[in-house]
Amino acid sequence: MNPVNYLYLAALLFTIGAAGVVIRRNAIVLFMCVELMLNACNLAFVTFSRLHGNLDGQIIAFFTMVVAAAEVVVGLAIIVSVFRSRHSASVDDASLMKL
Amino acid sequence: MSGTLAAAASTTSTGEALQFWVLGTVAVIGALCTILMHKAVHSALCLAGTMIVLAVFYLANGAYFLGVVQIVVYTGAIMMLFLFVVMLVGVTAADSLKETLKGQRWLAALCGLGFGILLCAGIGNASLTTWNGLGQANAGGNVEGLAALIFTKYVFAFEITGALLITAAVGAMVLTHRERTERARTQREQSEARVRTGRNVPPLPAPGVYARHNAVDIPGLLPDGTPSELTVNATLRGRGQIRDVSTDALAELAALEQRSQRWLGRKARDTGKKAEDTAEPEHGENGENGENGQNGENTAGANSRGAAK
Repeated sequence: MNPVNYLYLAALLFTIGAAGVVIRRNAIVLFMCVELMLNACNLAFVTFSRLHGNLDGQIIAFFTMVVAAAEVVVGLAIIVSVFRSRHSASVDDASLMKL
Repeated sequence: MSGTLAAAASTTSTGEALQFWVLGTVAVIGALCTILMHKAVHSALCLAGTMIVLAVFYLANGAYFLGVVQIVVYTGAIMMLFLFVVMLVGVTAADSLKETLKGQRWLAALCGLGFGILLCAGIGNASLTTWNGLGQANAGGNVEGLAALIFTKYVFAFEITGALLITAAVGAMVLTHRERTERARTQREQSEARVRTGRNVPPLPAPGVYARHNAVDIPGLLPDGTPSELTVNATLRGRGQIRDVSTDALAELAALEQRSQRWLGRKARDTGKKAEDTAEPEHGENGENGENGQNGENTAGANSRGAAK
């Protein structure tokens, strides 16, 4: 087996995550799909690190994890505050700017 | 994992291939379940499974530090944060299945399919037949190699990461903090307000009256048999999570009678008579079924349950 298969898996997971972001409307599930896409990118970075034989890809994946952690904290805080004011986690309900 | 030791290999070990195909299937199924599950809790659990599989793949690819960090940070911290918010927002906050845009799902699935084909075609066109394993890079240890890079080449990015984390923590606190606009009422003020309005002066009644159902989400019954919503916690009332079991005993009794009738080979009685029987179960039944011990026993049990109600 060639490690390129890991890249195909990462592409598949990224596609599933992207489709989930477009299909689902629960804000929490939407966020999980974004996490899935970030993880798929990490897998691609780690695989490229192995293909190239240096550790730079792993460093980038490490920074991606840090950014993802910060993003999750802020995003979930936004979801909680929206839920407090609107009593719903559906992204369809947050439509104050709509006529 | 032996592929990491080879200098310029063209294929990995059979064990790694087997691991990839088995766990890769699990990862894809977990990802699909994440977007297809109806409830957010199930989605979170499926995503946690996918992340654990990805951690194994990191380990197989020679990223030992990242594999452990993936388990500790992602499945340990981030997914638990997700579950925490799901519980806070409400477990039953499921998606509405009504489509607001017509044909949006199919279009989205189609776009996803096209995007996936595009990505895979791009990877397939790249010439990636041989690769350098991580044998040399990991020679001095994976963690040591990463540390050397982070604190030399990527030191500025690392510093900025610290600023980002602090900003995120402060941002989360600012976003979720709620200033209290009025003073909290003391217990005495609350009791005085209760007496002044004259409604619910004593403590609220307790939920559940059956010995079998004393859960907090089951309302107690009023003397006429109707459930009283006042006995259930206000939060559960607001979410509409009240379970009504007041009709369960009657339904059980009816089902039991039907079963015993079928067992005895008798014709089921008409519903009007059955309703009359369940309303007054003490009369007649025992004498009628006296010739059959087991059935009489069942009916007696049902009768006593009806009487207890």
